[in-house]
Amino acid sequence: MSTDKVKETEEKVRQETRRILKRVGRKRGNLIPILQKVQGRLGYLPRQAMLEIAQFLDVPAIDVYSVVTFYNQFRLNPPGKHSIRVCLGTACHMKGGYITLDAWKRRLDVDRGETTPDREFDLDTVACVGCCTMAPVTVVDDKPQAKVEPTKVDGILLSFEHEREKKSKENQ
Amino acid sequence: MKVAELPTIHLAFQEIKSRAQWHWQELWSSGRPVIMVGAATCGRAAGALEVLRAIRGEIKRQKLDCPVIEVGCMGHCYAEPIVIITKPGYPPICYGHVNAVIAERLIREFILGDDPCLEFALGALAENDLVPSFSDFPRAKYEKKVILGNCGQIDPTEIDHYLANGGYSALIKALYMAPEEIINKVEESGLRGRGGAGFATGQKWQICRNAPGNPKYIICNGDEGDPGAFMDRAILESDPHSVIEGVIIAGYAIGARYGYIYVRAEYPLAVERTRVALRQARKLNLFGKNILGSDFSFDIRLFQGSGAFVCGEETALIASLQGEPGLPYYRPPYPAISGLYRKPTAINNVKTFAYIRHIIDNGARRFAGIGTEGSRGTAVFALAGKVVNTGLTEVPMGTTLRQVIFDVGSGIPQGKHFKAVQIGGPSGGCLPESALDLPIDFDSLRDAGAMMGSGGMVVLDEDDCMVEIARYFLEFTQRESCGKCTFCRLGTKQMLEVLDDISKGHGKIEDIDMLYQLAQDVNAGSLCGLGKTAPNPILTTLRYFRDEYEAHITEGRCPALMCRDLIAYYIIPEKCERSCDACVGSCAVEAITTNKKRIKVIDQEKCVKCGTCLSACPPQYNAVVKLSPPSEVPR
Repeated sequence: MSTDKVKETEEKVRQETRRILKRVGRKRGNLIPILQKVQGRLGYLPRQAMLEIAQFLDVPAIDVYSVVTFYNQFRLNPPGKHSIRVCLGTACHMKGGYITLDAWKRRLDVDRGETTPDREFDLDTVACVGCCTMAPVTVVDDKPQAKVEPTKVDGILLSFEHEREKKSKENQ
Repeated sequence: MKVAELPTIHLAFQEIKSRAQWHWQELWSSGRPVIMVGAATCGRAAGALEVLRAIRGEIKRQKLDCPVIEVGCMGHCYAEPIVIITKPGYPPICYGHVNAVIAERLIREFILGDDPCLEFALGALAENDLVPSFSDFPRAKYEKKVILGNCGQIDPTEIDHYLANGGYSALIKALYMAPEEIINKVEESGLRGRGGAGFATGQKWQICRNAPGNPKYIICNGDEGDPGAFMDRAILESDPHSVIEGVIIAGYAIGARYGYIYVRAEYPLAVERTRVALRQARKLNLFGKNILGSDFSFDIRLFQGSGAFVCGEETALIASLQGEPGLPYYRPPYPAISGLYRKPTAINNVKTFAYIRHIIDNGARRFAGIGTEGSRGTAVFALAGKVVNTGLTEVPMGTTLRQVIFDVGSGIPQGKHFKAVQIGGPSGGCLPESALDLPIDFDSLRDAGAMMGSGGMVVLDEDDCMVEIARYFLEFTQRESCGKCTFCRLGTKQMLEVLDDISKGHGKIEDIDMLYQLAQDVNAGSLCGLGKTAPNPILTTLRYFRDEYEAHITEGRCPALMCRDLIAYYIIPEKCERSCDACVGSCAVEAITTNKKRIKVIDQEKCVKCGTCLSACPPQYNAVVKLSPPSEVPR
């Protein structure tokens, strides 16, 4: 990216963050809700956003960073278009969640916590989404999918591919 | 001093309540059939939203006039998606495993026609001559629904449904009582906190009420981080007002000004439903400034956790509410004396708050009459894993594990053998068959080496390896350890490495002693429950399943055929059918080839041991087997 473009993105991040900050109180206790809102808006927490928040709450930037890196929910890099969250709760694990995770890793060719180079998918695990009766569960784009075994992994990816093809045909 | 000397509160509530009752009655007595769809997270995972869409679409096509209501979780999660149809002239019938096609058929044949499609029915909600009702199920003998009573029966996004079913009447009753009276009542009921530790709720409230400091806080701990537990999620998604009512009553009893409901971010639907419920209750002034005209003001905020297991620990949860990393701190002073912003704070679990209205409404004695001497009331369990009827259940304390797993849960699927039940999540332990007749309460489980925890129960069968489950929990606690205490941070890591070695067949027999030693150290050297109880899964599996550890170490064999480094998949040539290709197509890594005799062979180098071929092989051949140690595979 050219420097101009970098600056432009940073400015956009700052503006978006400020817009959210306008609607919250300057209280340390609001830090986590603020981070959640900013991430909800931007998809992740860029450096500029964290700096803005630190300044707003009048806390050292390192405090914001330490909270962001402490909690599993927050991410420091942009997400993929589709999020894949493999549940590794007890029931899911015992019913083969780790095998499902392997299948996702194999098919997407990324490790947990990574995004595919084309930014289509990001793969991660989640401690438990509480759908233990549907184990093994994978949360695809915020929707929990029941009984996701390696063959269903292929099925889900295939449906995304179909969608993409359909869209590109429509565009033609 | 009683806050409510005036009749105004009563009058204000009567108005709200009669409006709600009118709405509720209108729904049921207009002669229209009513359709309810279980749309909690478990139902949605199984496809409840598609069913909902199909039902609404068909109703529109047929130009029918019948209300469709999204309800919460009935507890029969094994049969999701669930649809309940109440048609005049029929009992309310509950249908299980519904999909879009069945849903459309139900509309056409039952709502439009007169065929109740009993082939899809799970049971009726009331006794009748047509369909067996849920009260005829064997599990009904053991179940006693107190806080799950409303779950799956009302629309959680409609406060009127809750009000019409007796909701918030306990709050009104409480407002006419002195705070001490409420605390005495809770104390009398013998209610112990349902978060796991089982501290007497009344006592906690008393301490908090007496503690100096202002303002005081109430926190509802809905950071249900135990993997394998989903009771709090189900309650918040299905009956959020019952929790809110408990929080308000607690606020009044303690003299608090603010309450927080802390829900974990992994439960987006629970967050949403709680938010809606809070908005509705605030609008009716059931909490907020001068509740219903009294001089008691109390506000509740919703706080979303952000994915840290340690935040289930009360002091860590407080840290995260203050915008800090969730590190626990030393107790005493306990939060009841110095908690959020160093003010007196009463923290209780979601279920504890949900019980309050029943204790106030029906009396302490009624609650104390359920359960055992030391543990009063009911216990809510989330049944998952290798059990037929997965889902939620509520049984009196003192019910045995066997009754819960085999009578309520209908035992182990596919005729497999019960091996253990993991109870209490990462802090709990695995109990074997010999412990099945233990009555479940706070104390008996602790004696057996486990703990009730918040109530997650994962059933394990003969195919589950005990070393692997211990390793799984250590991997979890190791990752979730906040890092504050050295013994927890490094000790869990060490234990995990030892277990990793054992599950890969590199263990030494001395490792077992080392695990015991480390377990003691981690327990003694950790500040909070996470570290203190982290060794429990290892200790209980060693205590009851030591032979499995020894088989891994001395023979390089995994008796349950689960540890991937110690097993191999093999196709028995004599059983393999020449004309069948099922496994070849199913293999994700193309490790299966066909030889000259058209018998399928697995390339052990390529095989990733995912087990897909084993499930793909048709049952009439059953040619794919797992062998352990891998050297058992014939060359």
